[in-house]
Amino acid sequence: MVAILAVQGAFIEHAQALEKLGVEYKYLRNKADITPDIDRLILVGGESTTQRKLLKELDMLEPLKALIERGAPVLATCAGLILLAEKITSGEEPVFGTLPIEVCRNAYGRQLGSFSTVQDIGEVKAFPMRFIRAPFVEKVLSDEVEVLNVTDGRITAVKYKNQLGFAFHPELTEDLRLHQMFLEL
Amino acid sequence: MSENRYQLNKELAQMLKGGVIMDVTTPEQAKIAEAAGACAVMALERIPADIRAAGGVSRMSDPAMIRGIQEAVSIPVMAKCRIGHFAEAQILQAIEIDYIDESEVLSPADDVYHINKNEFKVPFVCGAKNLGEALRRISEGASMIRTKGEPGTGDVVQAVRHMRMIQSEIAQLASRREDELFEEAKRLQVSYDLVKFVHDNKKLPVVNFAAGGVATPADAALMMQLGAEGVFVGSGIFKSGNPEKRAQAIVKAVTNYDKPEMLAELSANLGEAMVGINEQEIALLMAERGK
Repeated sequence: MVAILAVQGAFIEHAQALEKLGVEYKYLRNKADITPDIDRLILVGGESTTQRKLLKELDMLEPLKALIERGAPVLATCAGLILLAEKITSGEEPVFGTLPIEVCRNAYGRQLGSFSTVQDIGEVKAFPMRFIRAPFVEKVLSDEVEVLNVTDGRITAVKYKNQLGFAFHPELTEDLRLHQMFLEL
Repeated sequence: MSENRYQLNKELAQMLKGGVIMDVTTPEQAKIAEAAGACAVMALERIPADIRAAGGVSRMSDPAMIRGIQEAVSIPVMAKCRIGHFAEAQILQAIEIDYIDESEVLSPADDVYHINKNEFKVPFVCGAKNLGEALRRISEGASMIRTKGEPGTGDVVQAVRHMRMIQSEIAQLASRREDELFEEAKRLQVSYDLVKFVHDNKKLPVVNFAAGGVATPADAALMMQLGAEGVFVGSGIFKSGNPEKRAQAIVKAVTNYDKPEMLAELSANLGEAMVGINEQEIALLMAERGK
């Protein structure tokens, strides 16, 4: 079962993508929702400070970190990428810290810096990318991290073992190819 | 504003969903709000309860004060301008605010025209008490809607009324025959395309939050169960006995709005809630500003 972290942010958009692909899912809004049948995880866009706070206070951080460390495939978009990162440039404590990258929050500035473009993401050609007050990957911290996209000199998509991290929002487009990539992990 | 910029602005509102946007008047309050889990803050010199108490003309806040708050937190910062006051909006855009609230909480600058928000690059949120108002603001370029409620009262009755009204009008519109939509567009004073969108999708084309009078975790949960996609809390937090604790409780209540056991725990020992005023006791109905 795919679980979508739904404490705050754009979780409905990910659910809609999974529905189009005919995949079952459940929302995680508190500790009791984290059941043993979960074998895949989506970390959604939203405010990472809000999500961090709720993960901790609702006692969801440790069980989800354990799930990721056991190798359950993870798809992380925007705020989700910040949750996964081993290091955050502004010096905040990492949240899950399972993805060996350094991530820079609000890296393109305020909302006026939000933008869109079309680029290749690894093997996926011409993918519509939506960046909303987005982070980017400042640097990768392990040779095992595969860089899937560089836009304007900034790393915006990475793969490490079963973890897919995107600085942009595939869930805001009609294009399902990156969700498919996640489901094939 | 280009089509793509408008889309990006609607998408920022989508990222705020399931969150709480808190009114703050100082960098210190902004930090408390951020630490409590607010997904954005609204920077303003006086919270609505104090605006109401002080009376007189209420205007856009000092840009220096807003900048101080932008520097204090990493979450999006919103600020209010007066209805129709496009010069105030230009100033807020110049300081790169993340969202402008063209708000009935401030004294209206224009009693006929709202701001043509399509001319701006920064996004706007506007208040609405029914579907017609919501769609008119959207056609002017608003990329997010909130209920008007009755700000600064701690009385949730108007937010409830407005949310129920918008939801029931959406449901009615969705049940109309297609050939009736032209008449609906006339009645609502908006374009046929917007009416058709709501008819086909059974929702507004932008995110819809609750605002005005939310003071407790239960109020927030009520609004979420009525269909709000997130909540603004104005005076409710920093006019209460223990702002930090109340802010955290409301954030969690919005996430788990349909879990009464959790809400019971969250509602316990929060200290004094803000002193409310019933709607019958107020002379000035802010919700009546801007139609």
